[in-house]
Amino acid sequence: MLSIKVLGSGCANCHKVEALAKQAVTQLGVQANIETVTDMQAIMSYGVMSTPGIVINDKVVSTGRVPALSQITTMITTALQ
Amino acid sequence: MNSGPWAVNKTTQTISKLLIAAIVWYIAYTILQPFTEFLAFDVLRLARGSHLGESVAFFLYDVPKILLLLSAMIFLITIVRTFFSAERTRRLLGGRRVGIGNVLAAMLGIVTPFCSCSAVPLFIGFVESGIPLGVTFSFLIAAPVINEVAFVLLFGLFGWKIAALYVASGLTIAIIAGIIIGQLHLERYVEDFVWQMQVGAAQDDSLKLTWEERITRAWEAVRDIVKKVWLYVVIGIAVGAGIHGYVPTDALAEVMGKSAWWSVPIAVLIGVPLYSNAAGMIPIVSALIEKGASLGTALAFMMAVIGLSLPETIILRRVLKPQLIVVFVGVVALAIILTGYLFNLVI
Repeated sequence: MLSIKVLGSGCANCHKVEALAKQAVTQLGVQANIETVTDMQAIMSYGVMSTPGIVINDKVVSTGRVPALSQITTMITTALQ
Repeated sequence: MNSGPWAVNKTTQTISKLLIAAIVWYIAYTILQPFTEFLAFDVLRLARGSHLGESVAFFLYDVPKILLLLSAMIFLITIVRTFFSAERTRRLLGGRRVGIGNVLAAMLGIVTPFCSCSAVPLFIGFVESGIPLGVTFSFLIAAPVINEVAFVLLFGLFGWKIAALYVASGLTIAIIAGIIIGQLHLERYVEDFVWQMQVGAAQDDSLKLTWEERITRAWEAVRDIVKKVWLYVVIGIAVGAGIHGYVPTDALAEVMGKSAWWSVPIAVLIGVPLYSNAAGMIPIVSALIEKGASLGTALAFMMAVIGLSLPETIILRRVLKPQLIVVFVGVVALAIILTGYLFNLVI
């Protein structure tokens, strides 16, 4: 199953990304486990310095911004290939 | 995806869109003043020179002018920022000596995309990779102090000289405060867990983006920021316009003028806990200056409000012990006060 992690310390933008990720998953109709990571050590272990970050299947795909819904769906479909 | 005639077509499309936007922007900016004067004095039939007439004309002209300048500025700075990322900045700062490192860190603070909610991971990432504490602080001070929205408002309401002075003094404050913090050797006041962090290898796509993507991000940034600040701009300019039209000239010279030496530290003291945004405050400050407040006092106040915000301090408390927080706020406040005096002396 697809694993999506949203990295962030709980700021407004992090919540936005989480909501968008959920929306993208529903839209694509894929099975995914969406998880919010707030632990700083966990965030840093991905080498991410600007939050919100998105990690799909343990690969960092976006940092420091709120991507558009269409961009997130593209990230997911790329990861699925 | 980027092959064949389709890619060329898409690029042409982006370029023509940009060109049209630039032309529309230029025309709007050029006809703004005659148009708003016509609106205020001919359509609304307000009397020139009257309190109400001057206030309304000021408001009608300044709101769209600031919003136009803001859109253009955010577009340009976002394009520049797509070439920088926290990861790239960290790499650029790695191994720099104190001094040069501080100067570079302060300048990178302007062009690196930074949100105060990322201050903690950024701090850890910098310190972990061996960037000296003082250099890290130069970055952490410059990034919020030199704010693009504040820059646009200063440029639009005061002219380029004051806007340039703002950037120059913001840089100076960040460099000097960073050097002082570095010289104090306060590493022991960084929370212990920071030194034990395992930082993973970062990947950085700032140089791999296509122009399409950079331009798209710039449009997004313009939309997001204008959406966030337009109301503050409107309210700030409305209050400023009221002051402009109704408060007698020199009413504030006694309390906020150059001769009142105590006004600079008081302005900073009031400004530090006040968490307002530049968009709403600068128009008010600009009107106050017109009524006799001195520029140094006003700039010190604005920098204290923008650069030393309570939320950011609370966020940084997670990685800094209280002693270092106190030193950080104290050194920056002192630097801002000195800058205020310097401006009062020079101008």
